[in-house]
Amino acid sequence: MLRKLFPHPYLTLLLVITWMLLVNQLKLGSLVLAVILGTIIPLITAPYWPDRPILRNPMAIIGYVLIVLYDIVKSNFIVAGVVLLKPNSQLKPAWVTVPIDLRTPEAITVLAGTITMTPGTVTADMSGDGRSLLIHCLHAPDPDAVRDEIKSRYEARLMRIFE
Amino acid sequence: MEFLAEIVISVLLVAAGIFGLVGSIGLIKLPDTMTRLHAPTKATTLGVGGVLIASMLYFWIFKATLSWHELLITMFLLLTAPITANFIAKAHLHRFGKESDLPDTKTDRGWATFEDEAKEMQPVMTRVTPPAQAPSDH
Repeated sequence: MLRKLFPHPYLTLLLVITWMLLVNQLKLGSLVLAVILGTIIPLITAPYWPDRPILRNPMAIIGYVLIVLYDIVKSNFIVAGVVLLKPNSQLKPAWVTVPIDLRTPEAITVLAGTITMTPGTVTADMSGDGRSLLIHCLHAPDPDAVRDEIKSRYEARLMRIFE
Repeated sequence: MEFLAEIVISVLLVAAGIFGLVGSIGLIKLPDTMTRLHAPTKATTLGVGGVLIASMLYFWIFKATLSWHELLITMFLLLTAPITANFIAKAHLHRFGKESDLPDTKTDRGWATFEDEAKEMQPVMTRVTPPAQAPSDH
């Protein structure tokens, strides 16, 4: 019964928090509306998202977010340096194939998003069977190092969170 | 104390402006679509982030109210930037990309963009049973 009413408890929680942040003040009225929205929206969208994502190790998310934030700041400086200091002729853009061991769609989505947000890499495509990602690097003299860093720095941590 | 806060907020705003500018310069300077994608997805995140932190500090220290909207903007930005970048990259591959330019997938299948449309995408969702009826209008 409870599972029918709240098919995605995390989504409900997220919607309630998001609505309260949008309202920007703590009032009972907006909390009631937030709970109503948080109940209705997951119910309506449930057919498109039949499975609950499994979080094996929710506390590890905090460490992951901190590492990604640090990398985003670092990547800003690196990309700024490449844009301002490197002439286009010295730029070495490269396509890199990253084989992935993650199997859950949520984990792959997070990995792809993280890759796009961090040092000079953009996720462009996925193979038909979802077992490798196509990454474009802005400046990669050593493409293999990029692949290894993604696998050890992000994928290993996501593996601990999701699978 | 207020003076110190003013300095911190000003530094954040100026740094944010510089990163925004670098992102825009990158858009003009870099040679092709794929490399140009890197400028807005990275150099501008710190640009916008700096303005948001400055705004939060300003309202907290000088107006004595804590504003949560900045956190939401950060969250939406971090969620939407990778998806937009991925869509632009895929559109670029569809229109101008050649499969021969791309590296091998190292699996039995090709890249999703270039695969035969009739070929079913193998489900990544190994533990998922498909919904009883698929939505018909797209």
